[in-house]
Amino acid sequence: MNYAQHVLTHLRKDLRLEWRTKDSINGMLFFALLVVVVLAMAFDPASYPDMTRQISGGLLWVALLFAAMTALNQSWARETNNSVLDAHRLSEAPASALFIGKALANFFFVTAVEIVLAPIFTVFYNLQPLGQAWKLLLVLPLGTWALVVNGTFFAALSLRTRNRETLLPLVLLPISMPALLAMIQATTAVLTGQFEPTLWIKVLLAYVIVFTTACVLLFQTVLSAD
Amino acid sequence: MTIGRDPTVAPTIELEGAAVAKPGALPPPRKSSAAEASAAVKLQRVSRLYGSFVALREVSLQLAPGSSVVILGENGAGKSTLLKVVAGLHAPTYGEVTIFGESPRDLRGSVAYMSHATMLYDELTGMENLTYFAGLQNSSPQPMRSNHSSGSRKARLRDRAAQALREVGLDPANPRRVGEYSQGMRQRASLARVLLSEPDLLLLDEPFSNLDLGSAHSMIARLLAHLAQPSPRGLARTLLLTTHQAELARPLAQSTLTMNAGRLVSLRQTPPPQADGDTPAQREGVR
Repeated sequence: MNYAQHVLTHLRKDLRLEWRTKDSINGMLFFALLVVVVLAMAFDPASYPDMTRQISGGLLWVALLFAAMTALNQSWARETNNSVLDAHRLSEAPASALFIGKALANFFFVTAVEIVLAPIFTVFYNLQPLGQAWKLLLVLPLGTWALVVNGTFFAALSLRTRNRETLLPLVLLPISMPALLAMIQATTAVLTGQFEPTLWIKVLLAYVIVFTTACVLLFQTVLSAD
Repeated sequence: MTIGRDPTVAPTIELEGAAVAKPGALPPPRKSSAAEASAAVKLQRVSRLYGSFVALREVSLQLAPGSSVVILGENGAGKSTLLKVVAGLHAPTYGEVTIFGESPRDLRGSVAYMSHATMLYDELTGMENLTYFAGLQNSSPQPMRSNHSSGSRKARLRDRAAQALREVGLDPANPRRVGEYSQGMRQRASLARVLLSEPDLLLLDEPFSNLDLGSAHSMIARLLAHLAQPSPRGLARTLLLTTHQAELARPLAQSTLTMNAGRLVSLRQTPPPQADGDTPAQREGVR
């Protein structure tokens, strides 16, 4: 059986588990909506359209980052219940296939949240992109993958620690800073039209390639750790 | 036919370096290979510490392929730790472990481990769980000991999972999720998962706990049938099983190891079963 089939097997299982429980999606959606609504009430976006455009990219990605973190620990908790992770450690399937499958599942969950959140965000913050809006189609998937690939890896790394809910943000936030900066800058560039987002998209792409490669190569070690 | 493995083909078992327990001739090799020539399990002065607690103390043990060994001991004696170290789930703090001449961590797929936990997803049905685990095997999914090899890969995985469930007495069409199973059903589903991978080395940690007598005898019969056949890699299957129910596990035991405080303290050859059978399982027989 080839590698892609192993990845698909893991992905299908994670999607099925989420469909049955809806633990990750519900938690993320509720959290992200709450952040967007509370911030919209905290200041009046309609009265300050220019300032709103300047900060909306940051608000959107920070909301998504924190929302994603609520789901990442959850996705590995399924594997530790009933010690299923031990079955994976003895399985013939490559460990990295488990990682890629789970990261893809998390990517789909966060993307689903973005699809629901985007129109609400646009309405609440009265947003009309002044730059090339189509470039958001590059920024959003790249940014989402950057969040989930590291998040999935570090959630697995913190699995065996006692305070894993606390440890994940402490590790993930600093390491996601370059990606977060690139996502926010690229999104702000599209929304304001004041500068070109291309450089930031390239930075994001480089970040994604480097960290995806590192996570895939190191995951076997993380999975095998006592 | 009497239940229990043929005592005349008991393989060599070495404890603390001394060859003991060899009542009969070794079985003729089924297939000559490097793996067959190696010990199935070899532990050399293995210790395992959890913090300052010593769970295993300088354990040395060598099992030939085809061995079937039951490990007895009180709670905390180190039985589960020993199985986890052999499985490669826990690295030894000191000493060396090899399985068929290789490190356990390099031998994924050849070793199957059944623990107290089911290692199954509670939110999936038994069939969904087993189809998933069948899909993680590298080998081409053929139904176990069946001639039906046609059909799509998905259909073959489902056939294989359904067959594994039927062999432990579970209904593949049962729509209940594993989390809704009774304890006995969960144990049987867990056994089906373990046997699905057609392992060379089977490690079972308290497989009969929480099972009624009938279910335990069914499980023993299924295990005996499994052990009687060579693995797909042509090796005689090896079993290491821990239990508190020595009498119940007797049909599976060529030899019985006893552990205490992290040490292997004794090894005795299990007496051959009487012709008329002296345990309920032996009386039941294997068909």
